[in-house]
Amino acid sequence: MAQQLHGSVTVLSSPTVRVRGLSRSFGADHVLTDLDLDIAPGEFVALIGRSGSGKSTFLRALAGLDDEVTGELSVDGTVSIAFQEPRLVPWRRVAENVSLGLRVPDPQSSALAALDEVGLADRLKAWPLTLSGGEAQRASLARALVREPSLLLLDEPFSALDALTRIAMHRLVLSLWEAHRPAVLLVTHDVDEALRLADRVLVLSQGRIAHSTPVSAARPRDHNHAGLAVLRSRLLAELGVDKEGQI
Amino acid sequence: MPGNRPALADVEAAPGSADRFGSASAVGLRTAPPATPLATSGIATRARQGQRRRGRTAILRLISPLALLVIWQLVSEFGLVSAQKLPPPTQVWSTAVSLVTTDSPAYGTLQGALLVSLERVAIGFAIGAAAGLGLALSAGLHRFGEHAVDPLMQMLRTLPLFGLIPVFIVWFGIGNAPKILLIAIGAAVPLYLNAFSGIRNVDPKLGELAHVLHLNRRELITKIVLPGAMPQILVGVRQSLGVAWLALVVAEQINTNAGLGFMISQATQFLRNDVIFVALLCYCILGLLTDWLVRVLERRALSWRSSFTAA
Repeated sequence: MAQQLHGSVTVLSSPTVRVRGLSRSFGADHVLTDLDLDIAPGEFVALIGRSGSGKSTFLRALAGLDDEVTGELSVDGTVSIAFQEPRLVPWRRVAENVSLGLRVPDPQSSALAALDEVGLADRLKAWPLTLSGGEAQRASLARALVREPSLLLLDEPFSALDALTRIAMHRLVLSLWEAHRPAVLLVTHDVDEALRLADRVLVLSQGRIAHSTPVSAARPRDHNHAGLAVLRSRLLAELGVDKEGQI
Repeated sequence: MPGNRPALADVEAAPGSADRFGSASAVGLRTAPPATPLATSGIATRARQGQRRRGRTAILRLISPLALLVIWQLVSEFGLVSAQKLPPPTQVWSTAVSLVTTDSPAYGTLQGALLVSLERVAIGFAIGAAAGLGLALSAGLHRFGEHAVDPLMQMLRTLPLFGLIPVFIVWFGIGNAPKILLIAIGAAVPLYLNAFSGIRNVDPKLGELAHVLHLNRRELITKIVLPGAMPQILVGVRQSLGVAWLALVVAEQINTNAGLGFMISQATQFLRNDVIFVALLCYCILGLLTDWLVRVLERRALSWRSSFTAA
């Protein structure tokens, strides 16, 4: 279905995510107003916005965790999510967390393969409370990916990690995405993270997608990449931060 | 932090690591420096020290009960209190032995009485626990269930349990049924209250997780809700067992012809305080045994927390 949707974006195949006129209010507070968005199959999209801009609300709506959104929202295929806190079930060992609710012939070995992929093959039998922050987040990623989602939602999964772990996680997420090619929606408040990872960066403001920037630089992207610096200051301006860092 | 792994594994493997001393040593383990060979041996030594300390604690805790037994014996030996009123431990022991070895027409055998009482408490507790847990699930998982079940359970909670005895005798006669029912109701209430609050306190974020992982209702209950509420449920189990034993003692002394309570009421008529003491000590030991059983269960069911409680 080749269709001219909005602006200059031409979607060649049917999109994995199609959102039209999505709205959500909490009382008098209109968090999402008439939001439109398409995400193509295999596209890596980052969503940034100031805190309170409705990023998480939108993500929860996509994950099917919000019954009170209005508008049109369809996802083609399965959705998986990795939460900000890894949300491992503390009384199930790491491998059992990954295989939880997994409907495949051999959930055990699928879980092992997924954990091997994220580099946790030696922690299968560990209790979640004994994992480091990075390990827990990798287990959470394995649990999301083992379901072979067509849409992977990442809700600021790296925000609580230290800088070095975060860099390792960025690499891991990219390599997993390249191997499995799900469409990804990464919610983050970190402009650099968005620019390093995504095909397209969206800015959520006033309850809708206020700005959309394709990022064409080849991966892996260097922090000092000249093209990215331009995009970076533009995105920061969109977020209302000027060059001196004043809000 | 790969350096901490062997330490944490040690904590998991150490028996009784959830108790106070286990966790104290585990705190030491957590802050242990990364695993150079030296540090690892230090960790092992510390774990051994922890075990030795636990052994010493067990011995220290035996001193005061033993002292009590000695004083009790001396009080009787020197005739401060008549042996009729307070039979000395030695006499209680010999009475216990004779109750086990001879089948007296007045009391039957001790083991026979024990079995009857144990059966009553086991059946009563099983019924009560199943009812309490089932009701807690229906109240904890649905608003409707809460509105339907909770007011009734709160009423039952305030009802004086033993005030029901006359009513039960009128309704069910003097057989085993009213006794078992009394135990069941006594056991159901604390288990219900604890399980209900445990279920409501399960992290709602895990409920969301269950939703995004498409867990079905059975998986939600068996893999998220019940294990999450387990610490509180086990507190409830211990309280329930306490009430069950209490209800047994009270119920058994009214219109019975078998069991420990029957033994006590017979002994009262014959002024045999030594027999009463034997029966009371049996209640004591049974209570301690079940408590120990729950603690073993706790250690197994909550092993995932061992590292957590240490932090």
